[in-house]
This record gives sequence, C-alpha cells and structure tokens, in this order.
Amino acid sequence: MISRLSAIALNTFREAVRDRVLYNLIVFALLLVAGAPLLGQISIDIERLVLVNVGLSAISLFGVVIAIFIGIGLVSKEIEKKTLYTILARPVRRWEFIVGKSSGLLMTLAANTALMTAGFYAALLIDQRHLGRADAGLLIAVYFSALQFLMMTAITLLFSTFSTSIFSAVFAFSLFVIGTFSEDLRNFAALAHGITKWFSTGAAYIVPNFASLNVIAQVGHEQPIGGRLIFFNTLYAVLYSAAVTAGAVLIFERRNLK
Amino acid sequence: MKRNSTASVVAVVMLLTMGTGAILALHKVETVRGQEATLEEVLYLPSGKTLKRISLGYSSLLANIYWTRAVQYFGAQFHKRTPRYDLLYPLLDVTTDLDPLLIPVYQTGSIFLAQRPPEGAGQPDKAVELLEKGIRENPEYWRLYFTLGFTHYLDRKDYKAAQEAFAKGSEIPGALPWMKAMAARMAERGNDAGTAIALWQGVYEMTQEDSVRDSALKHIASLRVDAAIDELQQRVQLYRTQTGAWPADWSDLVHKGLLPGIPVDPTGEPYELLPLGSVQVKDPKAFPFLGELHQ
Amino acid sequence: MNAIETQSLSKDYAVGFWKRQLRPAVKSLNLTVNLGETFGFLGPNGAGKTTTLKMLMGIIFPSAGSATILGKDCLDPAVKQKIGFLPEQPYFYDYLSAPELLEYYAQLSGVAPAGRKDRIAELLARVGLADVGNKQLRKFSKGMLQRVGIAQAIIHDPEVIFLDEPMSGLDPLGRYEIRELIQSLKDAGKTIFFSTHILSDAEALCDRVAVIHKGELRGVGVVNDLRSATAEKSEVIWQGAEALAAVAKYAADSHVTGDTVRATVSTQELDLVLERLRQQRARLVSVTPLHGTLEEYFLAKTAEEAVRA
Repeated sequence: MISRLSAIALNTFREAVRDRVLYNLIVFALLLVAGAPLLGQISIDIERLVLVNVGLSAISLFGVVIAIFIGIGLVSKEIEKKTLYTILARPVRRWEFIVGKSSGLLMTLAANTALMTAGFYAALLIDQRHLGRADAGLLIAVYFSALQFLMMTAITLLFSTFSTSIFSAVFAFSLFVIGTFSEDLRNFAALAHGITKWFSTGAAYIVPNFASLNVIAQVGHEQPIGGRLIFFNTLYAVLYSAAVTAGAVLIFERRNLK
Repeated sequence: MKRNSTASVVAVVMLLTMGTGAILALHKVETVRGQEATLEEVLYLPSGKTLKRISLGYSSLLANIYWTRAVQYFGAQFHKRTPRYDLLYPLLDVTTDLDPLLIPVYQTGSIFLAQRPPEGAGQPDKAVELLEKGIRENPEYWRLYFTLGFTHYLDRKDYKAAQEAFAKGSEIPGALPWMKAMAARMAERGNDAGTAIALWQGVYEMTQEDSVRDSALKHIASLRVDAAIDELQQRVQLYRTQTGAWPADWSDLVHKGLLPGIPVDPTGEPYELLPLGSVQVKDPKAFPFLGELHQ
Repeated sequence: MNAIETQSLSKDYAVGFWKRQLRPAVKSLNLTVNLGETFGFLGPNGAGKTTTLKMLMGIIFPSAGSATILGKDCLDPAVKQKIGFLPEQPYFYDYLSAPELLEYYAQLSGVAPAGRKDRIAELLARVGLADVGNKQLRKFSKGMLQRVGIAQAIIHDPEVIFLDEPMSGLDPLGRYEIRELIQSLKDAGKTIFFSTHILSDAEALCDRVAVIHKGELRGVGVVNDLRSATAEKSEVIWQGAEALAAVAKYAADSHVTGDTVRATVSTQELDLVLERLRQQRARLVSVTPLHGTLEEYFLAKTAEEAVRA
C-alpha cells in the first residue's frame, strides 16, 4: 500500500514539476516579492510593512491559485484522458488513488511555498540587511497559509471527482473568497432570523474558515499569535481536510468512469 | 458483485467523525480568538478611498460587509463591562467611503455615536461629522437634516445649530411640513419635553435597527414620565397654595378636584407622592432616561 | 478453475434528458474462458465489447450479474496482480518517458524493485522500442504508443491478458510484430482475451471466439471447427480458357484473366471437373480446398435476429 501511495504521489509531483505553467507562476510570484521593496520606497516608514504584506499575500494567493489550477484536474484529467484505465486495472484501490494524488499536490505546494518563502526572506534580508526575531514570527503566517492550502487541496480534489475544469475552478475560487469572509458570514447568520438563519449558520460551518487563518496584518505589526490558536487552527484544518477527502473517496469509489 | 464497500464505509465514518471534529475545532478557534476576530485586522484599517480602488467595483458589497462589521462591533462593545468605541467612527467612515449613498449607515451610525454611554459611544461631535458627510454626499435627502437637528438638540444641547439644521432641511423639496414646525420649536424652547418626544418619534420611524428603536421607545416613555411628574408636581404645589399644607395622599388632590383619579405611570404603577411635594416613579429602573432633559 | 467467467453480466445506461430511459449496452452475458486459451471477442463497433472489458476491469460497475477472473471476483484487488490490460487507443502520461512509465506501472503492480530496470529494458526491446531512450511519450507515434501499451500490460508478468484492439494504428510490419508477440505469450501458456473487429487477426491467433452484437452474445465456437464447417468447395486454377465451356455447368464464380481461369467447384463435383479438364488438355495450376471463413460465421451471427426476445 505504501509503495503504491508514494508512487502515485511522486508521479503527481513529477507531473507538476514538468508542467511549464507552474514555472511561469512561480517566476511571476518571485518577481512580485522582489519588486515589493520598490513599492515600499514610495511610502516612507512602512517599507518593511509593504514588503511583508506583498510577500506574504503573494505566497498565500499563489498557493491557492496553484492548488486550484492543479487540484481541479487531479482526477478529472485522468478520467478525460483515460490514463486511469491502466491504473485501475492494477492492484491500486480507488481510495489509494485519491490519497496518493492529494499527497502529490500537497508535496508540490510545499515545494512551491518553501521556494517562495526563501525568496521572500531573501528580499527581506536585502532590504533590512539583517533578520531579527520579528522576522521569524512571519513564518506563522506562512504556516497558516499552508493550512489554507491543505484545505483548498481537499476541496478542489472533491470537485475533481465529479466535475470538470471550468466549473470546478470557478466554484473552488468562490469558496475561497467566501471562506475569507467566513467571519462576516457568521455575523450575518447571527443577525438573521428563521430559515435564513439555519441556512447561513450551516453555510458558515461548511465553508472553509479562512478568516481565522489570515494573520498577515497581525504578523506584519509584530503582534504575537497565541499557541492555543495555532493548535486549534491546525486541528481544524486537518480534520476539515480529512473529512472533505473522505467525501472525495466516497464519490470516487462509486463512480462509473466514462 | 462486491464493490469495495469497506472503503466506502470507512469513508463515510471518516466524513462524519472528521466533519464533526472540524466543526468542534472551529468552535474552539473562535472562542480563543474572541468575538472581535475580524476586527483585529480592522485595527489596521486601510483608508476607505484606497479600499474602494482595490475592491474593483465591488465596493458596494464591501460597504455592506463593513456596515455589518460596524454593527457587530458596536454590539460586542455594548455587552462589555467597560466598552470602548474607538473604532466605531473609523468603521463608519470607511463604510461610507466605500458607498456614500448608504443612508442607514449615516442615520443609525450617528445614533450609535451620539448617544451617551452605555447606550452609545458618547461621541456626538463625531456623529455630527458623519451626518454632515452624509449630507454632502446626499444633498437631497432631507431626513439627514432631521437626525442632525436631533443630535444637536438632544446630545449637544446646541439649540442654534439644531434650528439651522431643521430650517435647512425644511427647504429641501419633498421635506415634510413638520420640519418647519420643528425649526420653530428649536428656537422657542430649549428644554421642552414635547419637542424631545417628537424628535424621538421621528427617530423611531426612520430606523429598522432594533436596538435604536428600543432606545427611542424608552426615551419617549421617560420623557412622558418627566412631563407627567412636572405636571403632577405643579398640581401638588397648587394644592399647597390652596390649602396651605402638603397633601398626604393622591386622594386629597382628587377630592380637591385637582386630579381625575390616582395617577399611574406608563407601566401602570401609581406615582409616589413624597412628603415635601415631590413626585417620583415607583420603579425608576423601568425608566432609564429620567431627568435627562434637565441635565 | 476458469480464467474468466461471467454470469448474466449486464450494463444499462441511463439516457434521455431526465435520465429516465435505460439503454442496454450489454445484455446478460454468460461467457467462459479457459485457462491458457486465446479467446477472441468479436463484434461490430458499438456491440458492447469495450463495455464488457470495462466491467471486467472495474472501470465501470455492472447493472446486474457478476464476473470472476481466476476464480475471484473481478473487482478483487488481489486478482489485479495477475491481469494485464491494454485499452483501445490508449493514452499515457505524456510527460513521462517510456522507461519512467513502465517503472511507475511496475511499482503499482508490485513488481519487486530488484531487477526492475533490466526487466524494463528487456521488455522495451521485445516490443520494438529498444532505442527510445528518454523521449517523452508526447512525442511518440500511434504505433509506438501501442507498443508501450502492450509493454505495460505485461510488465508484471500476468497470467491473463486483456487486449482491446491491439493492432489498431499499426502498419503491416507492426501488426506482424505484435502478432508474433501475442503468439509468444500464447506459447508461454498465458490466457489472452482479445477483443477486435478485425476477423483475420482473430482467425490467426484465437482458439475460440465469441460473437457479440447489440449487447448480446450471438455465438461461441472453436475457430478450427468454424473454419472447416463449410469446407465443401475448392478453388481450381488452370490455363486453357477454351476448356471452360466444358465445365461451365459446375464452375461457379469463374474469372478469366488472359488464358488463366479461376473457378469455384463443389467438392462433390471436383473429380468430374478435373477429369473434364484433363480431357480438354487444360494445364492445371492449382487446386485449393476452401474452408469457410470466420467472416461468414460472423456475418451469419450478426445478421440473425436476437435469439431471445
């Protein structure tokens, strides 16, 4: 089982690495981070803040874009191209396929994030000429972004098991946006009455809660993030992703392929 | 034919358990963050104008979101032991930058700002600033002048400014005639309970916000009681002038023909007659705004 | 134990806007394939061949009935170890090279890591792809992809091999090579399930065939039997066109080219015709008994109306 899972994961990773679109994205992102200090020159005193904001936002946004771009095709592309046929004829369980693909995408995201974070810190180093404790705190924002990627991967994988490209992409991106505003959704649910209240409360729990994972502003202003928050956010992201992936497995197990 | 039912069963179990776990974990996250979660980022509020530019045409939607946040912020602070409303004006300012035509923000927001704590933020000057901005952006909306006059009159006690507000508002086409009447009353009487009641009734009608309506009703009740007490005390004084002694009981006044019956307050409790002719309500807690007008 | 066995295997597709109507693609198929035999699964396009194969592979799920391979349910992962599948017009991960693809598949099929590389190289040579090196599959021609397809079907040395139109896209040389390959697998004792609409291939390689049409099994038979079923005629070729008149009564389908005549004669009258030709001083070129072709059997079975209503 492990060898099959790792084979599928590594193959997925390899596919992403050989996909030229990914390189364009990464180059663009790194350019953005490199250009941030220039932006900072325009507004005095907040040069570091601009660099931090642009850098961390780029890491977060690009990760999500990659998760969506690759995620929506994870399963659907294999079905479209019929490459799945020869896979399923082998002793690969359907659930192994799902978990393997998901792991491959997560590996890709991890690599991408590491690369961009390194670039980010390089830019910081160039700008500040040294790195201090406050800069270490920025890693928490990166970690929380990674948790977001975890959840987005699970979501796009789920869509990939039953839907194809454009529709999945739009839907996944919408969920990301709503997830960012999930706090406001919850506020809305609190103020609503009757059926609307039930509906919006349900939605507020099903939609991924990215609001509590957006800490870029805080780390930018060197506000500390509590350990308990880190723990529970991690727990939430992991459990949410596991649940959604289980859903993907459920759908894929029963699906008649073309 | 055996499908892989084991995998499906495991998947269902995982879906349910992990899903429930996720919801519980989320609950914990929210608790740890506290209610003002989103507002932490609001501490670093960008300027409304910048935000409008960034929002790419969705500024109206964003304005709605910020208004909701402002209301939540106000509500959250309201329930604290020591509320602090520092962010209220900035929030309302951003909201109205994003969508200057969102009238309820000016109307209800200014009430939140103007009212004395604990009912509101106790920042009537800020309220005026907000309303004047609203008037700049919506010059044909005469009701904003009403709220402006209301704020000047009741919260700032600036009767001249109140009169100017009502007067200007009355000149806008479509303004209801009582705006002129109000302008006149501003000029005449400074501390008139009747005027105050009329103003609060106006507020009650113009807003949908429950807390504000509630407040308006309470104010009106208290004002009525104030007025009633004034009147009753006058009658008691009259009794003393007529008989040379303070009345012992309401029935004394009734016998003297000064009152038709035992006077009761809006909650149905009889007013209390105190030894040296002063009158008060049985349960002052039911009327939180008593005596406000005279402060 | 049978290599493959299906019991009332059926597949219906929901069609129509509201997905209410059912279109049967495979109707209650009962088929048995013996160990070690090469079994041809014949039918026109759209007959249900590929649908049946997909059900056997677990790509789609049957609406009714069941199937076993090597005694186990066809969906049992344990049995997947022992089967190989070449789909029709296969696609593979085009960003991989041939060795990488085979390495991946070998890993998934549980081939031991030791000696994998050698095995892959050997197999690529065997299918005629010895010098593709690290070229990415996206640059392969159709024929080359087909060979890769066969390679991946047998990399793990399965006992039962399923081939769906294995000759498609190959030039004559390619077809010859693949036929040889299949023959060698046959000689090694493998069971081969061979789906095709090209009858000559089936005739050359298969022990038994089944004919499927419109989702139904129309007939099953041993190829040799079917062939000799109608060996009642012979083809006679001679030189001496003027002799034709003497045997015209018995010679059907006669063609004259220059001085050479080619005609079909029934076996009963063969001796008579030969005697007459000798009398006419015609020069005999050849006498060939004609076996009935698979084509005739096939056409007969697909022309019939359904056996059951």
